Amino acid sequence: MSDTVFGAVQVSEHVWWVGAADWNVRNFHGYLTERGSSYNAFLIIDEKVTLIDAVKGPFAKEMLDRVASVIDPEKIDYIVSNHSEPDHSGGLPEVVSRVKPEKIFASVAGAKTLAAYYGDMGVTAVKTGDTVSIGKGNLAFVDTKMLHWPDSMVTYYDADKVLFSQDAFGMHLAGSMMWADEYDKSLLEYEARKYFANIINLQAGKVIDLLDALPGFNLDIRMVLPDHGPLWRTAEDINWILGLYREFAEQKPRPRALVAYSTMWHATEKLATAFAEGVRSAGVEVHLADLAENDRSSIMTHVAYSGLIAFGAPTMNNQMYPAMADALCYIKGLRPKNKIGFAFGSCGWSGEGAKQISAELEAMGVEQPEKFIQVKYMPNAEELKAIRDAGKRLAENLLEKCK
Amino acid sequence: MKYVCNICGYVYDPEKGDPANGIEPGTPFEKLPDDWCCPDCGVGKDDFAPAE
Repeated sequence: MSDTVFGAVQVSEHVWWVGAADWNVRNFHGYLTERGSSYNAFLIIDEKVTLIDAVKGPFAKEMLDRVASVIDPEKIDYIVSNHSEPDHSGGLPEVVSRVKPEKIFASVAGAKTLAAYYGDMGVTAVKTGDTVSIGKGNLAFVDTKMLHWPDSMVTYYDADKVLFSQDAFGMHLAGSMMWADEYDKSLLEYEARKYFANIINLQAGKVIDLLDALPGFNLDIRMVLPDHGPLWRTAEDINWILGLYREFAEQKPRPRALVAYSTMWHATEKLATAFAEGVRSAGVEVHLADLAENDRSSIMTHVAYSGLIAFGAPTMNNQMYPAMADALCYIKGLRPKNKIGFAFGSCGWSGEGAKQISAELEAMGVEQPEKFIQVKYMPNAEELKAIRDAGKRLAENLLEKCK
Repeated sequence: MKYVCNICGYVYDPEKGDPANGIEPGTPFEKLPDDWCCPDCGVGKDDFAPAE
């Protein structure tokens, strides 16, 4: 049917994957996608042929080619947009102009967002509890506002018992294999953790509410099909990722520490190293990261995974070093909870750096049992011992908190 | 009267206030400080409407 190289992949009786892998993307709006990403889209071949989500703009043709490998794209009757962000809606204008669908469904907020991005496409707004028959099966919609945009929703297709979960339970991971059970579990756990920390963490409370409410929807879910990364098809894997999400969302303190720092002449680095040695001496795992060598999304992943977070920066022009301001601004927006924090830094003469970091931690609601440490020029042996001791005490404090 | 966020659907209930952001229970919407914002999505008071 098609003269292109792209094919659709069948995932259940009526559902086909028609998405795209983005192998070489490494900067996804500032998120370091270490292994690329993918934009999943799905075609349901029922009496009403339905497309679920519509990939990032440059991949629209690839998606339509995959559709064409199983059915003439112009036979698409309905389009469901679970999430308006351009990595899932960017292909919509091209698809809509080619296919001229009978209806496009999105949440109430989604209808407004899509109009703001692409102009009026005649979107039908749906709410939790609304269902649409497409022949052998029905589509049921559940609003998931702020998970992770106001427009976010998920769609359940009862004929095949599949949940199209948009960004939830997804991860940035390009691969040619479709299913989570075809990947190494520790890789999935790492990428899911990074994704949650950087995309969903600020709404962790809503994740717990949704996980608690899920049984009440009485959906028999056999497959979970997110918009990024591998798909979940076994009961064991579905329970595993749901359990991980609860763990990520609860943000219970973990016996692990992050020491993130910037440095100009290695003075703050010496403080960071001494602090980390103190943490290690208490038997707590510690990770040291220079912000010049580590991007903010990797730092945030460590923040989410660590009960103790220490930040050190020099003072430059009476301000904390700019890379630290960037990292803290980003972390603050993602609202980490249940953290012990510590601020430190070296300065030449005025010494605002550590104080400003401490104020930022305070604004984030991070507990700071030890006052910040600010030294002048290069730390001496006494100052290095003092910060090492602070690291040890805070690590011991963390171990108590983790009990 | 309760107020609803037009963007994300958060409901401000004056009986509950918003203690996490320093707003005491019993504070009517009109008495919220001008810089108060939606605790879920961050928009300002202008994006709220009275609940039906």
